[in-house]
Amino acid sequence: MREITYDQAATEAIQEEFRRNPKTVHLSTDLAADLTDEFGAGRIRVTPIAENNFVGAAVGLAGSGFRTVANIRMATFAFVAMDQLMNHAAKITYMFGGQATFPVLYRMTVGAGISAAAEHSVTPYPMYMNAPGLKIILPATPYDVKGLLKTALRDNNPVISFEHVCLGGMKGEVPEEEYFIPFGQACVRREGADVTVVALAKMVHDAMDAAAELAEEGVSVEVIDPRTLVPLDTRTILDSVMKTGRLVVVDEACQTCGAAAEILALVSSDRAAFSALKAAPARVCGLDVPIPFSPPMERYAIPDKAKIVEAVRGVMRSSKPS
Amino acid sequence: MVLDDQTLMDLYTTMLTIRRFEERVVTEFYAGNIIGFIHSYIGQEAIATGVCKHFGVKDRIVSHHRGHGHCIAKGADMHKMMAEIHGKKTGYCKGKGGSMHIADFSIGMLGADGIVGAGLPIACGAAIAAQLEGDGHVAAVFFGDGACQEGEFHEALNLAAIWKLPLLFVCENNHYGVNTPASYSLAAGEIVRMPEAYHIANNQVHGNDVVAVLEAAAEAVELLRRGEGPFFLECETYRWHKHYLSNELEDLRPREELEAWAERCPIAAFKAKLIAQNVLTCDDVERIDREVCAEVDEAYQFGVDSPYPDPEDALEDVYSL
Repeated sequence: MREITYDQAATEAIQEEFRRNPKTVHLSTDLAADLTDEFGAGRIRVTPIAENNFVGAAVGLAGSGFRTVANIRMATFAFVAMDQLMNHAAKITYMFGGQATFPVLYRMTVGAGISAAAEHSVTPYPMYMNAPGLKIILPATPYDVKGLLKTALRDNNPVISFEHVCLGGMKGEVPEEEYFIPFGQACVRREGADVTVVALAKMVHDAMDAAAELAEEGVSVEVIDPRTLVPLDTRTILDSVMKTGRLVVVDEACQTCGAAAEILALVSSDRAAFSALKAAPARVCGLDVPIPFSPPMERYAIPDKAKIVEAVRGVMRSSKPS
Repeated sequence: MVLDDQTLMDLYTTMLTIRRFEERVVTEFYAGNIIGFIHSYIGQEAIATGVCKHFGVKDRIVSHHRGHGHCIAKGADMHKMMAEIHGKKTGYCKGKGGSMHIADFSIGMLGADGIVGAGLPIACGAAIAAQLEGDGHVAAVFFGDGACQEGEFHEALNLAAIWKLPLLFVCENNHYGVNTPASYSLAAGEIVRMPEAYHIANNQVHGNDVVAVLEAAAEAVELLRRGEGPFFLECETYRWHKHYLSNELEDLRPREELEAWAERCPIAAFKAKLIAQNVLTCDDVERIDREVCAEVDEAYQFGVDSPYPDPEDALEDVYSL
């Protein structure tokens, strides 16, 4: 099968859907030359640097029968657009009693690892999980980004695609034929019997590396990539925990009130999954600090393969005798 | 601009309908029969009426927290409005929005937003849609002097100007944000200096003169339909009630100022003019008032008689299918 990059796969999804549906608009502060050539400057618009404005314009376009991709670029810039994202995009379907649909795809990069310092290294999707009305997707591979964006571009709700900043150049197999990845369907990246590792976004890859290393020690790790946080495939996570009896959740976002905390709460409040636990679940998350610039400190602040391996070993060691 | 008798009567009837609707809401609020944040449009009726007279259902408007007048002028159903204000299942938003968030997408009323200035970016989107549709329809956004203090206002002006959006900015300058005078809050002094700075064609009218508003809006909307937008229309006016209806909130505006503006009632002046011009007889005036009051009564009763939503209806409409 052909291999293309994550960014190319994302662009293909937009191209295919824009060809199919003429009532689509792309808003971004950057020139999207590959899209402009094909679809023209009327639909592919370079906005002024005014995130709150074009995030809100996408809401107005949606209310007027258009579907918009608003590329905010980095998640840090979305903080400038909080009024339109939180007060309007998230609530407008509900507040107006479902009279109209608001299909918007908001894209933004997240994550640390490129020495971009505190502002430009944020991983804020847990905060958006607390805003009912938004759907949240975390594509981790070229295949997933195309399939999930295709689904997002047919969904009738505001969807935020959080795309890790380190993944854009990653190559992977992407079929030529059209396909979609449904929301709320986790991917079991690796099957295993001893411990369930739920990993988010780029951490999926670190978790896979960790699982390979642990296999050499005789520990069989099951790696689950939820792929979408809202909706969340709770069934796959619970079933896996009931099979392995052990859980480690890996997320680059700060630990406090994070997606990892939510997944731990999910498992510990499910009677069957809780009874199946052989050890206290663990989290491997970003430290509760702003991301520092200097590489030794930056690496220290976020999870990596070694930290995941350590956490899995800890969960194995602390297991109750069966 | 020569206006035929029917148009003049329509303008009068619409303004009176807004007035009687709002008076009923005020009465019932202070009687304890309506709850929530209610922002009365009384005093500003000529603006929504004069602007919306130019619009069909495909022209889209975005309103603000003081939005009942825009809804009525755009042709919304008062029954569903009253039901929404009462939090009933039959309301426009099935009771999820209330007074501050009434919308009717079927008539191009894209909703009222409770965050000052927030309607402006949304209206930019409606105007981009109109521009792409290319069939001469336009968008309009209503906002007050308070919104002119928000970043969203400046961003919207800038965007509309660089993309020549068919967007009519309707600034209802009622001179106060709650109790803070715009003369204190706005460094620019005259509001139209701001659209001027963005090279946006603009005009200032007496917002209590419905014909002045109608004529200025006619010129503006014609430009927009020709693709020569945007346009900024400042309408000077005054709200008669407190920022929102309340027994606790103080009204710190000078008493004499309020009284002076009450003398410039948009409806009383227009009624006198129409009688003087023989467009209306005193009998017509009584008949129209009777009819309007009956409609408002019926709408109010519909709101009262309608069922409340079931509590678990709270779970619906978070997402669309």
